[in-house]
Amino acid sequence: MGNHNFDVVVVGGGPGGYVAAIRASQLGFNTALIERDSLGGICLNWGCIPTKSLLHAANIQRLLGRIDEFGFSAKELHFDLPKIVARSRKIASGLSDGISHLMKKHKVTVIKGEARLDGSDSLIVKGDNQDSKRITPNNIIFATGAHAMELPGTDVDDEYVWTYKEAMVPEVLPESLIVIGSGAIGVEFASFYNAFGTNVTMVEKLDYILPSEDEEISRFARKTFEEQGVSIRTGCSVNGIKCEDGLVTVKLESLDGRSSEIISASRAIVAIGISGNTQGIGLEENGVQIDKGHVVVDQWLHTGVGNLYAIGDLVGPPWLAHKAMHEAVICVERMAGVENLIPINQYNIPSCIYSSPQVASVGLTEEAARQNGYKVNVGRFPLAANGKALAQGEGDGLVKTIFDTTTGELLGAHMIGAEVTELIYGYGLAKELETTELDLIRTVFPHPTISEAMHESVLNAYSRAIHI
Amino acid sequence: MPTSITMPALSPTMTEGNLARWLKAEGDSVNAGDPIAEIETDKAMMEVEAVCDGVLGRILVPDGTENVEVNTIIGVMLLDGEDSSDLNNVDDGSSKGKVTSDQSDSQGEWTDVDTKDIADELTDQASSNTVQSSPPTSSQPLIDSETDRIGERVMASPLARRMAEQTNIDLKSIEGSGPGGRIVKVDIEAIQAQMSVQTADRIEDSHTDKPRHDADGVKEIRLSNMRKVIAKRLTESKQSIPHFYMTVECEIDQLLSYRKKLNARRTEHDLTINDFVVKAAALALQEVPEANCTWNEQSIVRYDNIDIAVAVSLEEGLITPIVRDANKKGLSRISAEVRDMAGRGREGKLMPNEYQGGTLTISNLGMHGVREFVAIINPPQSAILAVGSGEQRAIVKDGALAIATTINVTLSADHRVVDGTTGAKLLGAFRSLVEDPLTMLL
Repeated sequence: MGNHNFDVVVVGGGPGGYVAAIRASQLGFNTALIERDSLGGICLNWGCIPTKSLLHAANIQRLLGRIDEFGFSAKELHFDLPKIVARSRKIASGLSDGISHLMKKHKVTVIKGEARLDGSDSLIVKGDNQDSKRITPNNIIFATGAHAMELPGTDVDDEYVWTYKEAMVPEVLPESLIVIGSGAIGVEFASFYNAFGTNVTMVEKLDYILPSEDEEISRFARKTFEEQGVSIRTGCSVNGIKCEDGLVTVKLESLDGRSSEIISASRAIVAIGISGNTQGIGLEENGVQIDKGHVVVDQWLHTGVGNLYAIGDLVGPPWLAHKAMHEAVICVERMAGVENLIPINQYNIPSCIYSSPQVASVGLTEEAARQNGYKVNVGRFPLAANGKALAQGEGDGLVKTIFDTTTGELLGAHMIGAEVTELIYGYGLAKELETTELDLIRTVFPHPTISEAMHESVLNAYSRAIHI
Repeated sequence: MPTSITMPALSPTMTEGNLARWLKAEGDSVNAGDPIAEIETDKAMMEVEAVCDGVLGRILVPDGTENVEVNTIIGVMLLDGEDSSDLNNVDDGSSKGKVTSDQSDSQGEWTDVDTKDIADELTDQASSNTVQSSPPTSSQPLIDSETDRIGERVMASPLARRMAEQTNIDLKSIEGSGPGGRIVKVDIEAIQAQMSVQTADRIEDSHTDKPRHDADGVKEIRLSNMRKVIAKRLTESKQSIPHFYMTVECEIDQLLSYRKKLNARRTEHDLTINDFVVKAAALALQEVPEANCTWNEQSIVRYDNIDIAVAVSLEEGLITPIVRDANKKGLSRISAEVRDMAGRGREGKLMPNEYQGGTLTISNLGMHGVREFVAIINPPQSAILAVGSGEQRAIVKDGALAIATTINVTLSADHRVVDGTTGAKLLGAFRSLVEDPLTMLL
């Protein structure tokens, strides 16, 4: 550890933490990063990146399943699950090594160990070999992330009932799978296992899947998943999980409690949400406020206690790496006294789901916009009318845009279909720059691209779409 | 491509003017040089002339539009070979106004209007850089959010710009909180939150500039630009310039006699008493150069040139054309210039350089039988001579009662520039010249 006179110590080396450390170092702070496991955090090691590798394999599998459509034929196509998983692990570990290099490059001191607040201005760091050291830096940023929530009252064998972590490294393909929860994580795993032939049932407590997405997009997604063979149960809660005879049995109960059903499968994945890693690090003991499993911070990510800051999943939804990275920069720049900072605008944070089809969105859903009292112009454009999407055999999709009728503000954009996760930034940029419908209409979108559907959707909101 | 007709700048400082009326109708043929519209500024009425032969294709800014920014497209000319179909490339501006006024309509209708707006905006882009759309709500003078198109650049997001337009917020008055000081939505929302009911009322008032007729016979008369300027400048003058006054009585029998002789020899119009007064005032300033000055806050500016302004009454105000170098001009020339400029002044056709400047104004109400009066200095000048009527009066001359024709002339002077003795010297010199007009020839 050497030099203990750190200006900034970041606890947690995920996307929030390592970005905070790099930015702090760029701003001239003597910076340390404490990580108990692998640099890159969940995102890089057990989240965003390895799942994208798995889902890419799923896409290849889907494409291979329809090569005839494109004029190909092949015999005895096989997939090798361990290889697919190994590839995802290799990419994750490669990127984690990359973070190590970045830390070196930016002269960030990386400390392996677990940190806990001891007094509001110092940390006790317990290393691998159980040695403890006290660090008293000028500023501390907590970026300890979050963990998967468990179903209350279930004590189950994690050989059968998985969280994201086990689901990411299957040794064999389960014959059948129950996915509990239909948020981004649930949907992505449902999509992955469905592609390789697992019989998937997805269970959602609310009346529609992808509850944070626009309802129309949600219905579109449900229809497509069901066509792919995923069985979906909405409006029912899980009232008990049992593991017996190598099977997971889940008791479902309708929300009104009047009907119940028992389903079983080889495995189950619990993906009902995540909760901040607020415990065991001395936060509450030192006056940091915790609410609903997350640290309470102001718009500049300050906890209100001394020089303690918190960022990322630890401070609440949306639980997205890009949100954490952005918060990291704002937090450190604020600390450094950088002028004219602008706090993060929740409504401009895009959300991406990498199922097949992909789902991406930014801003308000149509329902939320109406609930907020906006009079709206809504535009829709199906990918079935987009030449590029059809050429790729990806005509299944929809781009929906929502404008404030009065001001022309783009309130929200919601997309489902091929490559939409790569496209959503366009609307994010439009929102951040506060364009109106006119600016979007005037923008020249390249032909032939799927992005043309984004343009057409805007046109459609003002009753002037060309291709529908 | 149709040729655009823009709002001209009648002076380097002019930023906007009123489009008084069109002299040609849509479809009329015009030749280069033909007057096609009249523009009213604070003091003058100017004609816009056609720069080419053709047909007045479309009028974009109608008669009586106030505060039209310089360079705004006011109309479109069609040249040979162009017909009305070419006008489709031109924004007619008329749909713009509807956008805000139709907002309360049902969503469907509003959408239609807005779509048209977009179409117009798009055709703007497609047609020409020179064809510039007027701001959607240009009839509302408080709005200045499009300034960056032609003048000072205001950094604002498109959304902030539109919201400001819709709520009559002047973007130039706002400090932006976005990147690089860019005005963004939250800044407009903050202003909107601040805008009290009172402010809203005030804005409402400023839009109702049509005359109001009340039931009890009271009529509110709209202010002309000239009236606004008179009100503003004379209030400023009377409030900020330390005026002082001194009056002399001048015998003008000799002057009248010379005038009669000169007029008898003239074939043109008669010389007036006022022409002599102008000449005498100019020569008096030449004799007392310390009075030929203006106040410049940090300094006093003294002029070599002697430019005398002459107040000319108009139907709805007055204008003060200037006789340049009046000390060097003969009576005939002075008379002709005053007559010409007064005539054009009454028609609102003086150029700004014909009524701006000078150090002293002559205001003559003698023809109305006013014996004497005091006038308010016309800034930035430092003195004004108020000339009363020439009357035969009983005077005491060499200890005896006599009859003479006299005029009372009252000097109002700016005490910051002219002291009492300087003023007295000036008036004394003026009186000597008027009473002994032959000295004007020296």
